Amino acid sequence: MTATKGVSVNRRRFMVGAAGYTFAIAAGIPEFLSARTASAAAGARQTVMNAWVTLSTDGTVFIMSPATEMGQGSLTALPVILADEMDADWSRVQVVPAPPDDKLYGNPRFANAMYTAGSATVTGYFTPMRQFGAQVRYVLVENAARHWNVPMAEVSTEPGVAIHLKSGRRLAYGEIAAFVRVPDKAPEVALEPLESARFRLIGTDIGRIDVPGKVNGSAQYSIDVQVPGMIYGAILRQPVEGAVPDEIGDTAARKIEGVIGIVPLDYGVGVLADSPWAAFKGKNALETTWNRKARGWSYSSSGAFEAFARVANDPVRKGIEWDAKGDVHAALKRAARVVEREYRADYAYHAQMEPLNSVAAVSPAGDAVEIWCGTQSQTTAVAAVAKALNIPESKVTFNGMLMGGGFGRRGNRDVEFIVDSVLMSKAARRPVKVIWTREDDVRNGRFRPLYVNRLRAGLDQSGSIIAWHHRVVCDRVLAFMDPVRYAVSKGRDNIAMRGTEIPTYDIGERLAEGLQEDTGMRTAPLRAIGVGQNAFANEVFMDEIAEQLGVDPVEFRLRNLKNAPRARRVVEEAARMANWGTQRNGRGLGFAYLDYSGTQLAGVAEVSVDRT
Amino acid sequence: MGKITVPLNVNGTRRVVTAEDDTPLLWVLRENLKLTGTRFGCGVGQCGACTVHLDGRPTQSCLYAIRDLAGRSVTTIEGLSADSTHPLQKAWLAEQVPQCGYCQSGQIMRAAGLLKENPRPTRDQIVEYMSPNLCRCGTYVRIVRAIQRAAREA
Repeated sequence: MTATKGVSVNRRRFMVGAAGYTFAIAAGIPEFLSARTASAAAGARQTVMNAWVTLSTDGTVFIMSPATEMGQGSLTALPVILADEMDADWSRVQVVPAPPDDKLYGNPRFANAMYTAGSATVTGYFTPMRQFGAQVRYVLVENAARHWNVPMAEVSTEPGVAIHLKSGRRLAYGEIAAFVRVPDKAPEVALEPLESARFRLIGTDIGRIDVPGKVNGSAQYSIDVQVPGMIYGAILRQPVEGAVPDEIGDTAARKIEGVIGIVPLDYGVGVLADSPWAAFKGKNALETTWNRKARGWSYSSSGAFEAFARVANDPVRKGIEWDAKGDVHAALKRAARVVEREYRADYAYHAQMEPLNSVAAVSPAGDAVEIWCGTQSQTTAVAAVAKALNIPESKVTFNGMLMGGGFGRRGNRDVEFIVDSVLMSKAARRPVKVIWTREDDVRNGRFRPLYVNRLRAGLDQSGSIIAWHHRVVCDRVLAFMDPVRYAVSKGRDNIAMRGTEIPTYDIGERLAEGLQEDTGMRTAPLRAIGVGQNAFANEVFMDEIAEQLGVDPVEFRLRNLKNAPRARRVVEEAARMANWGTQRNGRGLGFAYLDYSGTQLAGVAEVSVDRT
Repeated sequence: MGKITVPLNVNGTRRVVTAEDDTPLLWVLRENLKLTGTRFGCGVGQCGACTVHLDGRPTQSCLYAIRDLAGRSVTTIEGLSADSTHPLQKAWLAEQVPQCGYCQSGQIMRAAGLLKENPRPTRDQIVEYMSPNLCRCGTYVRIVRAIQRAAREA
């Protein structure tokens, strides 16, 4: 691999890299890294190349990964990108979860917060990771050239080795580490444009680093953490958001063997015990009454379906425009025929396999804390913990653990289960592991909202869709899960509305509008956020229009994807793989297509109906 | 009610534990014995994440109170092999089965029970036998593939 002229890199990111060289962790091996580098060979020395790479004289390459891991693989994917550009030997790479430091490790896609979500990790970090890898490679090549006293241009690399081809001399990266001089300023290295870049690692099948521990039980989720002197906590949480305990009846709970103490909280009641089992029993024995002021008390989801449907059908109620093209109302008026349908979806629970839990060890004086938790956002976890204890963020030691599923339930505002452990540890003056039971996890869920989707399509004489009007009525999500972003959103609820856009379908006039209701319910993103329900409504509607017209559903989609060649190919290929058109005995096929952030997807389900 | 002391054979070693008599085996393994590879998913025998072998048979460890287990033998994921070389573990790696991984100890322990009873299961037999164990990430297709591979290569 050789460094050549190429794309220019965002200046700000580059300067972050430069800061990494000059100031950030220049003085020796930082504490969070020293535990990891202990795995290098005895006697090996480590050199911090930049904020992302530490090189050991034994050849080990430590690469930071800012991504959190919930099974999606980005803890591995990001270091692969860097290692590729650095031309590192992947078998010698050790991945180190990056510590919370937004300036160094934040995702530009999320205003530089450390937050793994929204399919934004590889896309957000791709170019910066390449840049940092290229800089390290440049420094290694420069040092090898100086060592051999040859021009830099004569030095190339193979994985983990610098090579002087003319003389056949080779220096392993670990050997260079023994004498490397790291410049004060990050070198400016241009990246090869993607069209011509040749990658050694990207595009190959690389085992995820978290998999070996997941086949022998050694993988560490926060629920597995053991801290000396640790006790356990369970929390009886408010039945609806905003409810406050009126009276706490804890006589029975206190009598349970193993229960150590009862902790009144603003939002519920905590039980401290010497085992999880005793904590759960204590929680179940609490008799608590709640004030009835919170909005959610009077709410019923079955009533909400009817109420939402009325809103969807009320022409006076204008929604907030989410996605629009042309004048849909005029187009519907001139349509030869209008098809109209309603689709409903109930609240959806994340059901991540690991119930929410967290471990905290608050210092006896309450002025510092160490936490162990599974979170998609290091940034908001640390901020919430600091706020709960009213201490600076620098006093929070954060340990990000593997997540037994995320799906949006360990997102950037899902900090309540982490705060639980902090408040309980503060009260106990000991380390506490708080575990939610499965029942707690369901009752205290933050759900994908309840939806009523109302769709109208206008067809011309030939059966082409000329207008597409989508009204989405559901609980508001953004206002609950991210009030900061909501404040600047002008009511445009991206979490609720995503998936209503239909960029690839060839429809002249369209409108998607949101009517989000404040119901007092807890809501959250869930896998691909609004896309799950909104794209479901779109695609079932496509089927129903096709049926009205007597057209095959795949053929109908292809007719409406005239100007989207990638989409057509995906639809055609999925249909081919499924032997679409071949009759099944007692079974039928269903088809769906989706443009998800530019990724083209098609799926076929083979189903039977059991009428017994 | 009250604390009792119970001898168990865990992964081939005699262990004596003291816990509330109604404590499920799951919590004794995880918090008393620090064998945290056996995972808590639901506590009511609905998900299979806590599957271990009790006297050689796949069993949901959240359903057995410690007072009923004196002298019984328990094998956990940590005891399936010393070095991840059980044919199922090798197959799990080769097929890169886990995503979040949280259910996988239970999946592997259940699959080990299957292969012990039936070294050459058909696909339908695999699906049927594995049905008590849930995976929220949806790794089922790879689980079936890995069990078929282990049966083939064992």
